[in-house]
Amino acid sequence: MGTPKMRGVLVIGLASLLLAGCASNEPEDSGPEISPDTDGPGTMVEKPMASGSDKQEAKPMVKGDKLVIPTSSGMGYEMLQGIFYFDFDQAIVKRAGHSELNKHARALQSDRMLRVRLEGHADERGTREYNLALGERRANSIRAYLVAQGVSSSQIEVISYGEEKPVVEGHSESGWSQNRRVEIVYR
Amino acid sequence: MRYCLILILCVYASASIGELRIEVTQGLDKPVHVAVVPFNWRGWGRGSDTLTDVVNSDLQLSGRFKTTSVEQMLSRPHRAKDVLYRDWRLLKVEYLVIGEIRRDGDNIEVTYELHNIVTKTLEHKETIVGGRDELRDMGHHVSDVVFEKLTGIEGAFATRIMYVTAVGPLNDRTFRLNIADADGHRVETVLETREPILSPAWAPDGNRVAYVSFEKDSKPAIYIQDLQAKTRRMITNFQGLNGAPAFSPDGTKLALVLSKSGNPDIWTYDLKTRAMAKVTRHYGIDTEPSWSADGKSIVFTSNRGGSPQIYKMRLRDLNVERVTFEGDYNARASVLSDGSGLVMVHRRNDIYNISLLDLKRGRLSVLTQTSLDESPSIAPNRSMLIYATQHAGQGILAAVSIDGGVKFNLPSSEGDVREPAWSPKKRKVFTPISK
Repeated sequence: MGTPKMRGVLVIGLASLLLAGCASNEPEDSGPEISPDTDGPGTMVEKPMASGSDKQEAKPMVKGDKLVIPTSSGMGYEMLQGIFYFDFDQAIVKRAGHSELNKHARALQSDRMLRVRLEGHADERGTREYNLALGERRANSIRAYLVAQGVSSSQIEVISYGEEKPVVEGHSESGWSQNRRVEIVYR
Repeated sequence: MRYCLILILCVYASASIGELRIEVTQGLDKPVHVAVVPFNWRGWGRGSDTLTDVVNSDLQLSGRFKTTSVEQMLSRPHRAKDVLYRDWRLLKVEYLVIGEIRRDGDNIEVTYELHNIVTKTLEHKETIVGGRDELRDMGHHVSDVVFEKLTGIEGAFATRIMYVTAVGPLNDRTFRLNIADADGHRVETVLETREPILSPAWAPDGNRVAYVSFEKDSKPAIYIQDLQAKTRRMITNFQGLNGAPAFSPDGTKLALVLSKSGNPDIWTYDLKTRAMAKVTRHYGIDTEPSWSADGKSIVFTSNRGGSPQIYKMRLRDLNVERVTFEGDYNARASVLSDGSGLVMVHRRNDIYNISLLDLKRGRLSVLTQTSLDESPSIAPNRSMLIYATQHAGQGILAAVSIDGGVKFNLPSSEGDVREPAWSPKKRKVFTPISK
């Protein structure tokens, strides 16, 4: 996890913005699951400009309910993946999602005006009220992860829809696994 | 668009869209044979056969009776003196229901008789009076009386079912909270919204209902709606969960689930003083409260032991003990009103079924054979329970008798149907008049 982030260049066409979504499978961040961010809460968010540049630092932008951030190379933008999946009856944040969550965390720290809603969901199995509780657990896990990365909890709202808002119909594991999720929704 | 909410309370008088249809999937091996002769309209020529149609359909759909079609009948008596027992014995009919209807101003007077063909005796005769628009109610009353005389179990045909429907594609759904007669007819829409509705619950008086609706800002809130006054009140909309409302047996309190203190706990809410008390204190998930009949304890679902199981809490001292031990998923329990057992969702080999736990013998019996069964709700006569399941990829309601002998499905013409709640009271009660 390097210290200098999002510095520099901007203005890239819409096409690259769309492509970025696919191109952003970066290698996993090394290090422990929840490493304290060196910038921590309370430090300055706006970095000083890169020397020799008059331009404003590139900032994350909200598009619809998703977030677009400058790539680490500074060569373009990428749209952050906003859906994180869970195992059955579990609320543990999977390691596979850590690197993407870290990007959300950095963006949320860099712009304290950003607000997110974490929407927790469950698959259809089991009872509806228990699934509401499970969905909330999952969203709380994502919140705990982001807060541990230094995001202010005041930027985060948690809400659970249980099994009431599936993305896929279908009564088998392939559908269920897509419905057990937390969606990060920017506002 | 968020606020696009329509609150309606209307009755569709005739058979209409949204009604449920009962299909018996398993009846008794030896149903009792009952003939219902179309009641005679005295003095006014033939009127509608609604009443007798209702009785016929109720008895047939109960899965316990076989009825006789009008065409088969050798005679059509309306009074005791016209009954030829021989005619009915030939058809192997065991019981006969006959009667007359008389218009009396705005009222309708119905006199009916139940005959035992085998013993050639009059088992029951009574006269009831109702409004002109209450023919269906009077029919359900007759069915209830006949059912009780013949089975010893109080009838539940005059009761109602509340349920939630979800219509439309996943990203554009309309949710409705409906109430229909127990035979699926006369659907009333209590609430219509674009956001989820869940956990509908009846007050013991049958006049109020509580439910969870996400209509406001897409967030959950608990409401209590008065069905007659057509008013409603928001009870809670705290940060986090606001769920699983359940009226206490005396109707003065609501048990509910809030997670405002960090994790889901059971709370009680006094409907008069609006005082709230947190009654479970555990970092696990505590949800789905259901009151015991005496109101002194609450059973609930908790994952405090690792997997969801049923626990019982004594309100006096908040002492908690575990109730279920069989299986790794037991949830959404409701206690039978005589305290003899509880019905719940039970998982076995990855299949979710409705089960009955006999609390005296500690025996668990699985009552349903489909998968993804949930939301069991017991009829006030304790002989049937209704639940939600999946059929051909669609959410439907189904019912099963507590002894497992009778089963039926209640498919709907539109969308997914779920979360049934059987009303504790009859829609209309008729007191026989003396003649």
